[in-house]
Formats: sequence, C-alpha cells, structure tokens
Amino acid sequence: MKNWPLWEVFIRSKNGLEHRHCGSLHAADANMALENARDVYTRRMEGVSIWVVESKHVVASNPENSGELFEPAKDKVYRHPTFYDLPDEIKHM
Amino acid sequence: MSQKEINLLEDFEQKIKDDVKIEPKNWMPEKYRKTHIRQISQHAHSEIVGMLPEGNWVSRAPTLRRKVALLAKVQDEAGHGLYLYSAAETLGITRDELFEQLHSGKAKYSSIFNYPTVTWADIGAIGWLVDGAAIINQVMLTNTSYGPYARAMVRICKEESFHQRQGYEIMMTLCNGTEEQKEMAQDALNRWWWPSMMMFGPTDAESTHTAQSMEWKLKRKTNDELRQMFVDQTKPQADLIGLTIPDKDLKWNEERGKHDFGEIDWEEFWQVVKGHGPCNKERIAARVKAYDEGKWVRDAAMAYAEKQAQKEAATQPISKTA
Repeated sequence: MKNWPLWEVFIRSKNGLEHRHCGSLHAADANMALENARDVYTRRMEGVSIWVVESKHVVASNPENSGELFEPAKDKVYRHPTFYDLPDEIKHM
Repeated sequence: MSQKEINLLEDFEQKIKDDVKIEPKNWMPEKYRKTHIRQISQHAHSEIVGMLPEGNWVSRAPTLRRKVALLAKVQDEAGHGLYLYSAAETLGITRDELFEQLHSGKAKYSSIFNYPTVTWADIGAIGWLVDGAAIINQVMLTNTSYGPYARAMVRICKEESFHQRQGYEIMMTLCNGTEEQKEMAQDALNRWWWPSMMMFGPTDAESTHTAQSMEWKLKRKTNDELRQMFVDQTKPQADLIGLTIPDKDLKWNEERGKHDFGEIDWEEFWQVVKGHGPCNKERIAARVKAYDEGKWVRDAAMAYAEKQAQKEAATQPISKTA
C-alpha cells in the first residue's frame, strides 16, 4: 500500500499576521492534513487559521544559484533610505 | 576531491564557523547528513517509545487533575516525535525507513525507557528527572547547526517545561503525604537517579561521537558538562522536598563551585544499550504491535483519499479552461 504523502503546514497565529510555515506532517488527504495539523501544531492555541499544501507542490530556489539570484541586490544601496543625504535640521523623514 | 567539492566543503565549514544554519537543500558532507539522521531519528524514537512507560499509568492516575496532565504530556511526546521525524526526513530518509529501523532494533532510543514504571511515584520521578535531564540536553540543541533540528527543539523546549513541573509536583505531593507515600517517592528516586544520570551518554573520554559533534556544532556542550549541570540543578530540588539522592559521594565542592558525584555503573549502561535492560523487548513489541494493528487504518485512509480524488476528477467541469 502507498504511503501517506507529506504536507507542509502554515499557521496564522492571530488575525493581522501572515500564515507562517511551522512544519510538516503525513496525511492521506487534505482534510486529514488539516486535522493532524491542528493536533500536532496547535495544542496550545498557537493558531487561528491553518493552511496545508502537499509538499510536492512547493517549488524552491536552488541554493547553488543563490549568488545570481540574490547578490545583484547587494550593490543597490540607493534602494535604502540611508543612502540619501539630508540637512541635520530634518530629524524625521 | 574535485575543486568543486573543495569549494563546497569550504563554504560549509565557513557557515558552521559563522553560526549560519545549515538548511536541507544546502550542500553538506555525507557524514554530517548521516550523523544527523542517526541523532535526530534516535531522538524521535525516544519520544515515541517514551510514551509507553507513562501510558501505563494514564488509566490509573490518582485524580482527574493528574490524569489530564499525564494525557497532555503523553500527547506532547507524540507531537515531539512527529516534529523530529519530519526534521529527519528533510535529510532524505523516509518515515517508513525510520520506523523500520526502530522496529528492527537497528536504531537506538534513549535507554531510560527500558526501565519499568512500577508505582505512581515513577511518573513523578520521570517528569522531574528524565524530562529534567532531557530539557538540559534540548536547550543546548536549540542552538544546533542544522536548521530543521534547531527549530524543532525550540518548539519542544517551549512545551517541555510543564512536563518537569508536573513531575516535581507529584513528588512534592507524595513527600507531603503519609510516611508510605514519602517512601514511595524516595524509592522512585532511588531507582530513577542513576538511569537519569546515564541519559547524557558515556563520559567525554569514552564518547566516540563527541569531538565530531562539537566541531559541527551539533552539540554545544559535552556529555560530562551536561551531566554536571543536571546534578547541580537537581540536588537542591531534592533537598527542598526532603528526598535523598542515592549517591554517597554526592557533595558540594567549594573549590570547583560544583557538586562532586559518584561513579556511574557503566556496565549496566552498556547492558541496557545492548538490549538487555528490564523492558527492551516489551517496549519494541508494544510499538510493533501498535504499528501492525494500525496498518489497515492507514491503508483504508489512503484508499478513501484516492477514491475521493478520482470522484472529484470525474465531476470536474471540463469547460473551465475553454
């Protein structure tokens, strides 16, 4: 018999906050994944909402390509507010 | 080693040096992967097998308050086992392989669970001493170098502190009770003290994995350092409720600012590790029985899921993309 597939679990800890990845679990289908996520990851009121996604549907970037993916942002300091000179008189901008 | 591999290894070692966590898709030496699978799965198995000695008392807890606490603790341990199995799976081993290793005896779990729980006080002693020792080890591991393991540990540590407190409260209540109840608490301490001391593993001089584990920042403290912390932490707790730790050599060493303590019976330790403890066979047999008897449920759930998916596919409107 086939094994239960792996699911990734995302929990919203309270309204106003995003769902965050908190772990994974095995379940036969989406409903069971939700039920198991409730038992495994919210035993102490850690959440008000749960998302489950079958792990095979997650597409991840390859760490080997981290250089070309993320390094170009490094030399664009002009995207940060501290790049710009202001007169001392202006305290907040 | 090719130039590419040398670069990868240097990059890995730099990450370890800079305390940058290693994540599942990052390159890692094969030995790092294997060691982590071994350690994380051993830890997961310990949580799962650890439910058995305590489960023995769920139906016999003396009050409803004790019963709900014990049930919650056992349920936490199931959860902790699941977090840890998931962490191990990120290293490329399947849940089935992990179970197979546990059931065949190829994988180890903490030897402490091969001792029997013969009285209610044993539930107190386990929470106080066994969970107390486990927390010392686990707090250290929240800082371990492998990301998924460290994250699982943070979650586990948050949940574990109630385990130790409920155990100590049981001991305290017994100590404030009748003479017989106090004796029962002392008897449990006498039986669980040395096995708890053994939980930290062989001495640094004898430990085959410590040096490598420290280098990889898998462990941040040695077995002996952790054991010392456990003794220093537990002795005043025992004094406070009028119990005596069964070690005639246990005394405060002014010069070291720590307690000295007696020699552990390593012969007993290795006997239990090798499978000759009081309950090794019973524990694995109970685990295998539960797994085998649950097979039809797992299969039925999968068959149901597949059938539902087929039904859904059949009733799906075709015109959607048209």
